[in-house]
Amino acid sequence: MAFELTPERLAIFEELLPKYPTKQALTIPLLHICQEQQGHITDEVIGYVAKKLSLSTADVKGVVTFYTLFQQKPVGRNVVWVCRTLSCELMGARDITRSLEKKLGCHVGETSADGEFTLLEAECLAACGGGPMIQLNDEYFENLTPEKLDAIIEGARRKKDGRCAVTFSPIGIRARKEL
Amino acid sequence: MPVENPRILTKNYDTPNSWTIAAYEASGGYQALRKAIAMGPAAIREEVKAANLRGRGGAGFAAGVKWSFLKTRTDMPSYIAVNADEGEPGTFKDRTLMEKDPHRCVEGFIIAAYALDVHTVYCYVRGELVLSIKRLEQAVREARAKGYLGDRVLDQDFKLDIVVHSGAGAYICGEETSLLNSLEGLRGEPRLKPPFPAVVGAFGAPTIVNNLETLATVPTIVEMGGDAFSKLSRLHHIKDGGVRLYGVSGHVNRPGVYEAPVGITLRELIDDLGGGVRTGHTIKAVIPGGSSTPVLRESDTVHAPDEKHPLHAWHGKSHLDVPMGVDTMRGLGTMLGTCCAIVMDDTTSMVRAAENLMVFYAHESCGQCTPCREGCAWMAKLCHKFADGTATQVDLDTLTDVANNIMGNTICALGDGAAMPMLGILKLFRNEFEAAIGKPAPHLGVRAA
Repeated sequence: MAFELTPERLAIFEELLPKYPTKQALTIPLLHICQEQQGHITDEVIGYVAKKLSLSTADVKGVVTFYTLFQQKPVGRNVVWVCRTLSCELMGARDITRSLEKKLGCHVGETSADGEFTLLEAECLAACGGGPMIQLNDEYFENLTPEKLDAIIEGARRKKDGRCAVTFSPIGIRARKEL
Repeated sequence: MPVENPRILTKNYDTPNSWTIAAYEASGGYQALRKAIAMGPAAIREEVKAANLRGRGGAGFAAGVKWSFLKTRTDMPSYIAVNADEGEPGTFKDRTLMEKDPHRCVEGFIIAAYALDVHTVYCYVRGELVLSIKRLEQAVREARAKGYLGDRVLDQDFKLDIVVHSGAGAYICGEETSLLNSLEGLRGEPRLKPPFPAVVGAFGAPTIVNNLETLATVPTIVEMGGDAFSKLSRLHHIKDGGVRLYGVSGHVNRPGVYEAPVGITLRELIDDLGGGVRTGHTIKAVIPGGSSTPVLRESDTVHAPDEKHPLHAWHGKSHLDVPMGVDTMRGLGTMLGTCCAIVMDDTTSMVRAAENLMVFYAHESCGQCTPCREGCAWMAKLCHKFADGTATQVDLDTLTDVANNIMGNTICALGDGAAMPMLGILKLFRNEFEAAIGKPAPHLGVRAA
């Protein structure tokens, strides 16, 4: 089925459009907005973005595959990124990853069987003073221990507020509403 | 001498709701902008030059000099692109400014734009930093409502808009030309220089790319005057001025972001600000300013008997007792970088540390230049072999060889930024790699018994 943005999201795009001298500059912002709605970037989304910005689908796909925040396959209701880079690993990031794998029953790069969590590793998330840390959807949790992690994961599991399949979007509706 | 602890850049950090315009104005916010407008663009540029403000993003280029390179044209606008794509491993200072004092950033952008006659500022923020983006966007909206932005800034004949632009997860986009490509909606691959961005930048137009902290410092420079600001530094005499944000992470008791004058020593950063290395341990290695800066050891001393040598004043002292400045750190064979140190104590396997970093660079290489794309992947692969004990003597030579063949052979600095720390670790800790032949190295983050 063809992909269309909801009117509310389309309005964000239209507000941004005149702020740039080219339409192509909207590629990343528009992909973020689409991903917030769709959960990941499908071929239909790529086609939609290309059409909206008068680009080829190859241009858009090239961008999608370059950046780690664009999900190219479906993800769980929550996405957990564990920072694996040096400052965090020095402070025990490996234990955090291992404990998450055990807890969620899936490896890094996979989604838990119940579809609740996708577990990913991130490169340095600029929270080095608070390592080890994770990013859960759009929130940072720092100075973690495997015990603290339990509470965070359980909290996310219980939080069912209709935000299904919403990967965070830095410029989407949620970011705007929660200012 | 205890470390001075000025609260200039961080003065609002502990204020409740410090990110709101009410809190910022209550602490004297946006007064510097009024003063700047009264001074006029040329005078602002002079003060920034006099401030000896070295870029806070890593390269340490003098901001006032960079501004003077802007080649304005009559047939197109000029832009400022703010680099807030903080992603250098170990670096987490700009995030604190955006989250805790976004209006200081916005005020800095406005003054810089006024000084350079720029009417659009693009602030490129890492996509992961959702809270930073929210706070900056809110700050921009509040500033617009108050007349600090818009068609007539503070009723002057000066029009300005600030656009907060989110990245999407790519370390390379912190490289200025890659940032510009990404802003234009392309893959974040660096461009060849020249032309430099000040001549051909965003959308083909002249563009000044500055680090976020650099611009957030500008209101203070306007407020107190460039020379007075520069003199806050211990390295004022070698044109490295002011105060800045330092970060310290890894095996210290109080990791975090601290404000201090330019030119404190690594030892002061670690002991006085960072609370010292973990109890019962000693420092093994320090990465002074983000992962691309070669590692330093406490036991190495400065050898500069010649009186004309720039480091002569510290002859015989430990590398950790040399002031942290752009030129002093270069003199030690490393770089000041982002001023955010990673401290590793005696439990750390340098083989594992190198492995961690090389995996990072292999993942983040944009793939445009062969030496970096293939070289970083090879360095990671070889480090894996040393880490799991399957490496041979030949691998040690290959590792050095691969690193040497990246140096200087790529479009941007990412390749060098991966090869330099690798060569640095190999130079100082070769014995650990030799010991790791046939024997797996201990994992990081495992506390020694």
